[in-house]
Amino acid sequence: MRALTWHGTKDVRVETVDDPEIVNPRDAIIKVSSTAICGSDLHLYDGVIPGMMAGDILGHEFMGEVVETGPRSTLQKGQRVVVPFTISCGGCFHCRIEQYSACENSNPVEKQDASATLYGHPMAGLFGYSHMTGGYSGGQAEYVRVPFSDVGPIVVPDHLEDEKVLFLSDIFPTGWMAAENAEIQPDDTVAVWGCGPVGLFAVQAALAMGAARVIAIDHYPHRLELAHKLGAETINFRETHVREALLEMTGGIGVDAAIDAVGMEAHGFAIDNMIDVVKQKVGIGADRASVFKQALLAVRPGGRLSVPGVYGGMTDKFPLGALMEKSITVRAGQTHVQRYTDRLLAMIEEGVIDTTFLISHTLPLEEGPRGYRCFRDEQNTWTKVVLKPGMEAGQ
Amino acid sequence: MTSHGRTHGALAAGIALAAGAIALALKQQNRRRHRDHPADDAPGFTARRDFGRYEVVGRSVTIARPRTELFAFWRDFSNLAQFMENLIEVSPAGTDGHSVWTIRGPAGKSVQVETRIAREVDGALIAWRSVEGSDIDTEGRVTFEDAPGQRGTRVGLIIAYVPPMGEAGRAAAKLFRREPEVQARHDLKRFKMLMETGEIATSARRKDAARAAQMENA
Ligand SMILES: NC(=O)c1ccc[n+]([C@@H]2O[C@H](COP(=O)([O-])OP(=O)(O)OC[C@H]3O[C@@H](n4cnc5c(N)ncnc54)[C@H](O)[C@@H]3O)[C@@H](O)[C@H]2O)c1
Ligand SMILES: [Zn+2]
Ligand SMILES: [Zn+2]
Repeated sequence: MRALTWHGTKDVRVETVDDPEIVNPRDAIIKVSSTAICGSDLHLYDGVIPGMMAGDILGHEFMGEVVETGPRSTLQKGQRVVVPFTISCGGCFHCRIEQYSACENSNPVEKQDASATLYGHPMAGLFGYSHMTGGYSGGQAEYVRVPFSDVGPIVVPDHLEDEKVLFLSDIFPTGWMAAENAEIQPDDTVAVWGCGPVGLFAVQAALAMGAARVIAIDHYPHRLELAHKLGAETINFRETHVREALLEMTGGIGVDAAIDAVGMEAHGFAIDNMIDVVKQKVGIGADRASVFKQALLAVRPGGRLSVPGVYGGMTDKFPLGALMEKSITVRAGQTHVQRYTDRLLAMIEEGVIDTTFLISHTLPLEEGPRGYRCFRDEQNTWTKVVLKPGMEAGQ
Repeated sequence: MTSHGRTHGALAAGIALAAGAIALALKQQNRRRHRDHPADDAPGFTARRDFGRYEVVGRSVTIARPRTELFAFWRDFSNLAQFMENLIEVSPAGTDGHSVWTIRGPAGKSVQVETRIAREVDGALIAWRSVEGSDIDTEGRVTFEDAPGQRGTRVGLIIAYVPPMGEAGRAAAKLFRREPEVQARHDLKRFKMLMETGEIATSARRKDAARAAQMENA
């Protein structure tokens, strides 16, 4: 089959590799119809996440048709499914209490030690996201092996086109959980840092959950414009002092809840040189952790900070005092995707949430490398890239 | 790793331990009290001390399955090779208390350890010990306790062994080259995967790759 593979910094290729097979009884094989490039993929592309090996297949946002099933899969050939990026077994303690991204059984045993050493507990398995989260082949390919296919994949009705349902795999539930973690009350003003796909879904979710106002922060005019169209007020951080503006826009109170949809996953994923890497790049590190810190200072006393943005390591000069003295609640995490898929699919069917607005480019899988390059270098206009294995070049 | 995965902890399984060391590992609390250290409630094997000529490895894991089911699976020793990577087989399966554990050794050789069941409490505990004159002096004990609420069962495994000498010793050394704690933890986690999901997770894209990974670990 053809697949987009990682070979090093800014080096992704579309190559011919072996087709996947059913390996375990609960597996299914999916023939991919659509797959997206995520902001998280850019960090792999930039080569800043260790645990990658040459030839790894990328992609954790994908959907397609079931073409093969293991004896214990509950899927049927021919079904159309969207696959959550988190791999969850359904049977462990965390899966049973719907904390799916903390699944204890999806990261292969021999791959768990790295994250267990770094974080005190191992991470769950994720598709196409380094060997620290299992080393699973991702969905930017013609076919994918999907483990625990009786738990993750959500069957979608034929009348909803791919573009409407694809983002159930990650960014829509991620934006939704980000807003849920902000514990929004009816009169709240919510600030969202980052108008990428995650931030834009968080804007929609916060409004759907009844926030009185949402203030979106970024520096790309086009991305801010998208947030504005969704009903948010905007702040361009290149033009405006963010904290001062937030304080003034809320009559001196500060925002009730803050959502950090920027993150700094680029740093600290290294196990060996983690601290050194942070020290070496202290300028960049400080910049990139600055959203978390800025949000802590901007949120009102007793307020909430929700962090869908990915952090992997450590940071210097963390305003711990602000966290404690202002009684801030912080909630974070990889998304418990399977907890939300049914509910969110229903909202898509009812037309409550628009999921297609942010797709700026649709390319054949063969043009994946160009998709990565432009999504990274032309962020203002390349807001979301969808790859289609079946599409002819130049179509 | 397929559902036939084996554990790093042949050792865990294979090399059982000496009664003395396990008792010591469990009783650490009292000893510390005698030594004027404040007693705590932690398992003895987590103590910052050693156990004389015995190596002691202890690990526990919580498995969201009923105690009786886990006990029954473990009590049939022929099941252990499914999740203990360096264990080739146990036979007979220990029905009459006696078993021979065949453990992967260096250079394609294997080592055998004969054990008998030293103590058994239905649904709660199985302890085994190598027989007199065995190449490896070892003892093991697995316990099953109800975990709080709906969390299932807390499974505890302690293995003690005298690092052996001679031919078998060299085999054992190869076995133990990996951190014994890591082996024990990996074995217990595979046990947990098998019991909670019916399979052992692998990111291999193809069956032959899964098999190759298995051989590499062996
Ligand atoms: N928690 C999860 O499960 C999960 C899932 C998907 C993505 N993520 C993470 O969420 C984050 C956002 O993902 P995305 O796909 O939207 O990425 P993206 O790169 O497309 O968007 C990030 C946006 O943040 C903006 N930004 C950068 N610095 C800023 C600052 N100082 N203040 C305000 N805005 C700033 C950028 O201009 C950009 O528009 C990433 O860290 C990603 O890895 C987390
Ligand atoms: Zn993503
Ligand atoms: Zn699980």
